[in-house]
Amino acid sequence: MMREWLTQLGQAALVLGLAPLLSGVTRKIRARLLRRQGPSIVQPFRDLLKLIRKETVIAENASWLFRAAPYVVFGTTWVAAALVPTFATGLTLSASADLIVIVALLGTARFLLALAGLDVGTSFGGIGSSREMMFASLAEPAMLMAVFTLSLFAGSTELSSISAYMLGPHGGLSISLALALVALVIVSLGENARIPVDNPATHLELTMVHEAMILEYSGRHLAVIEAAASLKLLLYLSLIACVFIPWGTAPSTDGTLAYAIGLGAYAVKLAVLGFLLVVFETAIAKMRVFRVPEFLGVALMLGLLGTIMLFVSRISR
Amino acid sequence: MTPLDGDIAHLLAGSLVLVSFLLLYQDRMFALLNFFAMHACVLAFSVGWQAYLQRAPHLFITALIALLFKGMIIPVALHRIVVRLGIHRTIETVVSIGPTMLFGMALVALSVVVMLPVTQSSGAFVREDLAFALSVVLLGFLMMVTRRNAVSQVIGFMSLENGLVLAATGARGMPLVVEISVGFSVLIAFLVVGIFLFRIRERFDTVDLQALDMARGESA
Repeated sequence: MMREWLTQLGQAALVLGLAPLLSGVTRKIRARLLRRQGPSIVQPFRDLLKLIRKETVIAENASWLFRAAPYVVFGTTWVAAALVPTFATGLTLSASADLIVIVALLGTARFLLALAGLDVGTSFGGIGSSREMMFASLAEPAMLMAVFTLSLFAGSTELSSISAYMLGPHGGLSISLALALVALVIVSLGENARIPVDNPATHLELTMVHEAMILEYSGRHLAVIEAAASLKLLLYLSLIACVFIPWGTAPSTDGTLAYAIGLGAYAVKLAVLGFLLVVFETAIAKMRVFRVPEFLGVALMLGLLGTIMLFVSRISR
Repeated sequence: MTPLDGDIAHLLAGSLVLVSFLLLYQDRMFALLNFFAMHACVLAFSVGWQAYLQRAPHLFITALIALLFKGMIIPVALHRIVVRLGIHRTIETVVSIGPTMLFGMALVALSVVVMLPVTQSSGAFVREDLAFALSVVLLGFLMMVTRRNAVSQVIGFMSLENGLVLAATGARGMPLVVEISVGFSVLIAFLVVGIFLFRIRERFDTVDLQALDMARGESA
């Protein structure tokens, strides 16, 4: 019991520390691929420190919601990220918090951020919020369909059990899993404002979505929102690693050595996934905003198709 | 047969349905042709795997026919036709992709619901194969119904035929004579269609089939 709590708390601390580092590493790799030198990989930490020390400017007509939203967004995203098994399964909270809870927590964060974007009443915030909601109306069902496919396959919505099932004798090649993986990748590109959907590094008004919503934020509020954004990226990569490459994750019964192996394996997985993400991002161009619903619609369709195919193979055996 | 063998068979047959959906999604001619070539290659792999599983050497010939004719010759020939017709730059007005996709999903669900109860006495893989084959056939029909360009209708027809081959493979293979004659009839159908495309264009200056409706006096 004690040990499960320790794992849980250690994991919560780990994701918090690792998230900005992951953003730093992906930015560095991206810069190197574009033959630039790029900032140091600890730059996101420095940015966060700088933002925390700066004065916070708040619009005159901002309500309490505008001030409260960043902290709630950060809190829900952090909890959600701490619920995904990273280096060890068997977390305390994993019995009460399954994949659907994670989707719901992320949905809450998105809802509050969209409200905060509307709160000040500037046109950019409004356009960002409306676009975010347009994408979310497709991305969330797609995510849920992928979750359903996974949980039907493994017979559980709990991430620890799914991960264990994939390692066991019944996990294996299945077209449904491949479809769920592609759907999940598309959703995570959309949700994290990565390149084909949105560019995380731009402030070009016509194309931005996520940046438009948080345009009014400054100082410590902005720092908290940036931290939440990097946590979200870490969450999606950990989710993909946990379900589709579960090797090396420490089970709850093993000793300290297993935890060390789990940590090492997790670092390798994150590095590989981050590298693939950046290669994908440098290889393609950003798409028009009105193409994005089609792109996310593909994810929804793949999730649905995966569920149907799972149904076929289950019934016929 | 080990579970892994079954999983691979399932994977390949399922991929064929997926590529059918990708065909529905394409609105550019060359992309459509490339995906059709991919469709035929996936079919060839699927049939080849079945041949290995069932120890049926004649199925290898079926796979080879699929790979050679439908995976290489027909796409290359269509490629040339498209260039000669001068329609390789046109973006086809696909009847809105979203509803078409949803309709396609409904067709897949329909074929699963129809096929699984009907084939209760057969083995697992036959049932899976037949369900997927029927979906590929229905998606081919859907493609022929929703497209206006004659070339994409030909692609729809050919992908439909791929579904038939998948069905025949699942049902313990069909005789080689039948297979070869089907292969040749598709090739001949392709030749006829190819000649027709040029005749249609000569007569109407377009391969958009709505022009034909107007020539018959129907409203566009």
